[in-house]
Amino acid sequence: MKINRKLFPYVLTLPALLVCVGILIPFFTAVYYSLQRYNLKMPHMKGFIWFDNYVNIFTDPSFWNTIRVSLTYTFFTIIIELLLGLGIALLLAKRTWLNNVLGVLLVLPLMIAPALASLIWRLLINPNFGVVNYVLSFIGLDGFTWASHPDTVLFTLIMVDVWVFTPFIMILLLAGLRSLPRQPFEAAELDGVPEYYKFFRITLPMLFPFILTASLFRLLESIQQFDIIYALSQGGPGESSMVFQVSAYLQTFQYTNIGKAAAMMVVLWAICYFLCHVFVKQWHKLKIKTKGELLQ
Amino acid sequence: MSHSKMKSAIDTFLKGKMSRRDLLIKAGKYGIGFAALTKLMGMQVTSALAAQDFDWKKHSGTTIKLLMNKHPYMDSMIAELDNFKALTGMNVEYDIFAEDVYFDKVTAALSSKSSEYDAFMTGAYMTWTYGPAGWCADLNDFIQDSSKTNPSYNWNDVVGNLRDACSWSGVAGDVPGAAGSKQWCMPWGFELNSVTYNMRYFEKAGMKPPGDLVEMTDQAEYFTNNAGSNEWSYGIGTRGSRSWATIHPGFMSAYANYGLVDFENNGGKLKAAMNSQASKDFHKQWVKMIASSGPANWSGYTWYEVGNDIGAGASAMIFDADILGYFFNGNPENKEAGNFGFHGFTPNPSASAPTPNVWIWSLAMSNFSKKKDAAWYWMQWCNGPENAMAGGVKHNQVNPVRESVWASGDFDDKIRGTSPGYMEQYNSSIDGSKIHFTAQPLFFETTTEWAAALQEMQTGSNVDETLDKLASKIDRMMKDVGLA
Repeated sequence: MKINRKLFPYVLTLPALLVCVGILIPFFTAVYYSLQRYNLKMPHMKGFIWFDNYVNIFTDPSFWNTIRVSLTYTFFTIIIELLLGLGIALLLAKRTWLNNVLGVLLVLPLMIAPALASLIWRLLINPNFGVVNYVLSFIGLDGFTWASHPDTVLFTLIMVDVWVFTPFIMILLLAGLRSLPRQPFEAAELDGVPEYYKFFRITLPMLFPFILTASLFRLLESIQQFDIIYALSQGGPGESSMVFQVSAYLQTFQYTNIGKAAAMMVVLWAICYFLCHVFVKQWHKLKIKTKGELLQ
Repeated sequence: MSHSKMKSAIDTFLKGKMSRRDLLIKAGKYGIGFAALTKLMGMQVTSALAAQDFDWKKHSGTTIKLLMNKHPYMDSMIAELDNFKALTGMNVEYDIFAEDVYFDKVTAALSSKSSEYDAFMTGAYMTWTYGPAGWCADLNDFIQDSSKTNPSYNWNDVVGNLRDACSWSGVAGDVPGAAGSKQWCMPWGFELNSVTYNMRYFEKAGMKPPGDLVEMTDQAEYFTNNAGSNEWSYGIGTRGSRSWATIHPGFMSAYANYGLVDFENNGGKLKAAMNSQASKDFHKQWVKMIASSGPANWSGYTWYEVGNDIGAGASAMIFDADILGYFFNGNPENKEAGNFGFHGFTPNPSASAPTPNVWIWSLAMSNFSKKKDAAWYWMQWCNGPENAMAGGVKHNQVNPVRESVWASGDFDDKIRGTSPGYMEQYNSSIDGSKIHFTAQPLFFETTTEWAAALQEMQTGSNVDETLDKLASKIDRMMKDVGLA
């Protein structure tokens, strides 16, 4: 069977188009619901209210708290994971027997489902029988409040996120480090360039695309984090760890308020889109800059 | 020969003319073991039901599917399910989910109008969502229809407060069970919130179970302050997670005992009443107790942690569901199993009796079921007098919803033999027990916000300001749906 040459490119893009439609249908459904008063337990009140759901959430102080907490959580998890991931990747960059073994062992937390990791941590930090509390008691920190106090809950959640996801960054950066061309490093070696200069002027610029890719992945996941937070604090105490996904989950499954939950998810999508856009733009800029620097 | 004699002995037992002890002695004489005896009893009950002037075989060959929560009540139902199958010729399939995800599954199944499940387990509060949304059937249509309900079903044998609690008109502020209410579900088992205490610890401390909330606070403080040199870690266990489930057990039971209400109802318009002066005073007392003598990580406490801690000997007492203490007391894997006493608790010194807020595990029928009549056969069997008695006496169906089971000597013997004070706490509490919340569609939203506010207060927020903020937030929520 011969396919018309003009049609051939369209046939090839058909699977991607179908996937795209599969993604867009739920998206537009969410937008559609977000414009309605749609609470499953009050079917008689269902109807279009246009932007009232958005007005309601933007005028609700709890929503702004949710944005603040979500962004704080995202910012700190990415920064800490990046620094730790990069540090570990640099330590393991040289291919030795020990580094290979450590590389495998350090990936183990990533293989545990985040919800399960949270439950493990919940036991570890339990004040009655937790190992971490027991160890901390030797330095007089046995009364640490972990996820039970607004002052320490975010620290605890970020700590668990870092424990689970740092290996992800580490793997990506390790792969990046090991794939960097050797010539610039050899040339710097011959010229007697100091180590810190090599790191900041050669390694880091060449590694930037990998860093940005890893950050982008983590950004998208962190801002939509649910498992760790719900399992450890359910958004509490009070509202101190309330993030988008937990709030939307409560609106959907406990309060059956589909309209409001959809509006929240559309706002989350807009934030993700904006942040991704900024990231990708920076990525392109850096790519061009890095190429230029290397050519020089 | 011995078989027919045994059958006649079981018959006498089922008619209430022979005690369980005598039946067991007789069974021993005929060389019949306990397992065989319970099987024989099941068969006998089934034969008795089959002999009624009611066509139990009407839906023979029909398969119904249930959506169930993992619970000892469910286990006792499954243990007797073969009898139902033999009685009706029906087949029963079921999906069981852990409680953490169970209600999400129910919401997903019902909101999608799926006809997959014919009947399901639920709590009474949940039907304030499911009922008005048209997701579950009004059971009055079945209970009142003598052609669909067997003559020995005896709906009035179910404890009146529980029947009422499972019905509601759908109008915000209307009292459950008032005229015009629809029976959205039927009670299957329930929980009274009372005090379960470690008798060993209390004896060591020279204390009796608390008489009121102030005494409870003092006792809890004593246990917490003396934790270092003793086995326990803290004084009082209550739930604290950011969930409606934190409000409904001990907290609401105590709140109601002080005569406090969640809403003022002004002709169908509801106004949050958590910030009245009396309520603020009560909250201060409660928060003081939890902050000084509750678990260190209280804000993560669900029923599971509360039960686990008393079971492991970490807490000296809990103010939670009576059956929670019962099950942890009866499980030999728990360090303190067998050491618990039960106490009907009257928090308010001026109140004359306990007023526990009640949680009712109930059975409801999906409105999207295509086999409603067949599902009703299972439901009337499941909480019928015979199965309730079997569940209460042979299995772990505490607390049974039928007065006849509570009045039965065998059930009484069983409970008194294992759980000191349990029957007394039931007798002192049942009359004052009901759902003390105002029935309204935003129940889960308002109680979750309430729990979040409690967490804030427990971690140091000003009680008066937090409650004022909570009340105005709830008023706004009610106004959004035209209820304020």
